[in-house]
Amino acid sequence: MQLEIRGLTKRFGTFTANDHIDLTIEPGEIHCLLGENGAGKSTLMNMLYGLLEPDEGEVLLDGKPATFATPGDAIEAGIGMVHQHFMLVPVFTVAENIMLGREQTRGLGVLNRASAATLVRDLSDTYKLAVDPDALVQDLPVGVQQRVEILKALANNAEVLILDEPTAVLTPQEIDELMSIMDSLRKDGTSIVFITHKLREVKAIGDKITVIRRGKVVGTTEPTASESELAEMMVGRGVKLVVDKDDADVGEVALDVKNLTVIGARGTTVVRDVSFDVRAGEILGIAGVQGNGQTELVKALLGLVRPASGRIQLEGRNISRHSPRQSLEEGIGYIPEDRSHDGNVGSFSVRENLVLDLYKHDEYSRGLALNLRAMSANAEQRIDEFDIRTQSMNSSVSALSGGNQQKVVVARELSRSLKVLIASQPTRGVDVGSIEFIHKRIVAERDKGTAVIIVSTELDEIFALSDRIAVMYDGRIVDIVSPNILRDEIGLLMAGGGGTAKKNA
Amino acid sequence: MSTATDERSPGSTATVRDPAEVQRRVKISVTLLLVSAVIFYFWWTIDDKQVFYLLSGERMRDTVPGQISTHPVTLTCGILVLVAAAAAALGLLRRGAVTLVSMIIVGTAFLLCFVVWAYSDLDVAFKPWITNPLPGTFAVATPLVLGALAGCLCERAGVINVAIEGQFLAGAFFASVAASLTYSAGAGLLGGIVAGIGISAMLALFSIRYLVNQVVLGVVLVVFAQGLTNFLLDQIPNDATIKAYLNEPPKLQDVAIPGLSDIPLIGEAMFNQTILVYIMYISVVFVTFVMFETRWGLRVRAVGEHPLAADTVGIKVRRIRWQAVLLAGVFAGLGGAYYTVGSTGSFDKNASSGNGFIALAAVIMGRWHPLWATFAALFFGLMSSLRNQLSLVDKIPSELLTMTPYLATVIAVAGFVGRVRPPAADGEPYVKS
Repeated sequence: MQLEIRGLTKRFGTFTANDHIDLTIEPGEIHCLLGENGAGKSTLMNMLYGLLEPDEGEVLLDGKPATFATPGDAIEAGIGMVHQHFMLVPVFTVAENIMLGREQTRGLGVLNRASAATLVRDLSDTYKLAVDPDALVQDLPVGVQQRVEILKALANNAEVLILDEPTAVLTPQEIDELMSIMDSLRKDGTSIVFITHKLREVKAIGDKITVIRRGKVVGTTEPTASESELAEMMVGRGVKLVVDKDDADVGEVALDVKNLTVIGARGTTVVRDVSFDVRAGEILGIAGVQGNGQTELVKALLGLVRPASGRIQLEGRNISRHSPRQSLEEGIGYIPEDRSHDGNVGSFSVRENLVLDLYKHDEYSRGLALNLRAMSANAEQRIDEFDIRTQSMNSSVSALSGGNQQKVVVARELSRSLKVLIASQPTRGVDVGSIEFIHKRIVAERDKGTAVIIVSTELDEIFALSDRIAVMYDGRIVDIVSPNILRDEIGLLMAGGGGTAKKNA
Repeated sequence: MSTATDERSPGSTATVRDPAEVQRRVKISVTLLLVSAVIFYFWWTIDDKQVFYLLSGERMRDTVPGQISTHPVTLTCGILVLVAAAAAALGLLRRGAVTLVSMIIVGTAFLLCFVVWAYSDLDVAFKPWITNPLPGTFAVATPLVLGALAGCLCERAGVINVAIEGQFLAGAFFASVAASLTYSAGAGLLGGIVAGIGISAMLALFSIRYLVNQVVLGVVLVVFAQGLTNFLLDQIPNDATIKAYLNEPPKLQDVAIPGLSDIPLIGEAMFNQTILVYIMYISVVFVTFVMFETRWGLRVRAVGEHPLAADTVGIKVRRIRWQAVLLAGVFAGLGGAYYTVGSTGSFDKNASSGNGFIALAAVIMGRWHPLWATFAALFFGLMSSLRNQLSLVDKIPSELLTMTPYLATVIAVAGFVGRVRPPAADGEPYVKS
């Protein structure tokens, strides 16, 4: 089926998210939609899928105009979508999720689970997508959950499949699998819209590439274009894809973690017997797929959760029973993975957010009162130094873009003198320009002699920054390797394979 | 390759005991040790050799009661619990059915010993006999179960229902009025249903359409129902003839089911009851079936867990929520009718005396599952029934006794059920962006 978009426009208030977008997707083509976070890719796809109503423009299917008031209409018309955040009910089985909305029944509305399971088995045989129809979705790894999403779309006879940032949550192996699935779907004549901001993937699988910037199509190109050309189109200026850094000048052990075990909120062990150390002046990258204990490990390091056992030593002193305040006073900086939840108070101003952890400091308070003048001076300096794009220091942080919100967090954390900096997903949902900037600042902090821990699910980021890489899987550190390791090898470690056996050899 | 890799040999990780599991074992065995300690205390302090019990029928002059030898029974129970504690410590109580069954056995043993202790060493001329707590259990539990079913339906669809108490009150009042007007207890049930749906409609309108905070809304609806029923009750003139038409309903009669009602111990309690109790049984089966085996139930659970996912496959989220909340009103209204036509007859101010909130607790204790919620309501009923019986025995101060059903429920929720996960979108209004 041919899908054509003509002049599609969507405005939110005064903000134009999509500005007269034209796009044609031919049958059996993988059409990549490349753009930064916030460029308007998802808005466009949500209009295609009936989740948003376009303000202007039209959609043509095989030359005939079509309108989708609800996702139901879009499904009916043969459009399937795999959302970035999966649209699966975690407590349902695979079969229940796939039949939801078009349930197989035995009359009187009584579910026919057997026939639903058969349908899933048939589909997974046809498309070679192995899933167990009776498994609960919440028990499945993300890669398999994504397969369920694809099956769900195929069960509705989707002829155009939209994949919204499908690789963000996958291991390198799972990404390879996804690519081969996409390839075989293409051979069957399914059109695929592949939304991403990762240049490597676009070049690997795409037939045609459309780049979107600030809600506008900036151009369509072939996958033969070089990565730096694509990056320039995407960002609008030349971008350095590698981080300049010298070899680490490693000092004493700053943070020493021994046999750390953490029990999670659900009563299961989430960090198992983890040991590592970080030296002053080096960056330790912690790689791993989301949900393998990184979050809890970082929380334990900071004192946000009490470890069940094990020891954390900062320059020789045991800090495993520290409160977060003590940790901050000891010189641990923390860039949390979810900035809007843990990093900033959204309704507070930039000025206030910049001293969230310093307000008690003599510099910013007098007795019970805040020293507003000192806070303003500080804000002025930080906004300038970190290039925080804000209307004024009094605008609330939630009004800033993701990249600038993150810069506020980074600016605050780096304004104290640190012994250890723990940065969790420091550039998630951040535009390329800000990524460059934040990476530079982190490396600068390392060169000042701070021990740095980077937790990231993006291998690119891990490789760009780390002096050593620890790989976490299932709550364990499966191995600590040098950044010269091959991508495939680290991918294997992230999936729990290899590693330890090789080390003993 | 680098530092910190040689801390432990990789092969040993499989045999390392999971610390979370160890923690769980310690918790369970310590709790059980405490329970057994209390039982041994009973065993040690009881002086009477025997206590008497009568589990069925009336107490006549020539009735011969059964006897329980206090010391052997308490000692056996104590050892049993001790064995369970040891089993837990050794890790024999795996998560799931084994633990569940052992906890039920331990709980029953503890209750038995407690009752035996409460009835022994009484310094009175006529020794009271232990009687069957089950009839009282079902009396208390019937409206609770119906209310809990209503709660499950609403919350599974993603609408928090704190207003069960309000539905009870409205249901009770209008059941009484309807039954009085028509002189038919059956019509009273219909009146209750209509009133329950009425409150449900208000809940749905304000929460689904106007996105009012659902907890606040629930409390407001309870206060509203209290005010409304009190006001209307005051409007009924004190004239006997008018009153007879408005608030002197006929009561539902007990109907014995032949055969079943003769089962010892439970027959009388379960199968010689009013039609409302039988409706309650059917409702439990009905709601469970509808929720888990039908298309509509699947959709209800989907909109309560992940409304956006439901929307993306073409399900009308708000419509499903409306349907679930209105259906819930039927059961809550029936529960309310119990307080007038199902038991005492005419409506008094605050007839349901806060039991709607206990039904809400049963929903949570039952993990939002209609069957478990039913068991939770029955548990509360059993505790209430025991309290009523023990209040006749002068062993425990009555003030202390009054709170035991609540306390026991809280302990059971905290210890036995633990941390529970409500439907993910419970209380979250669905707004399309």
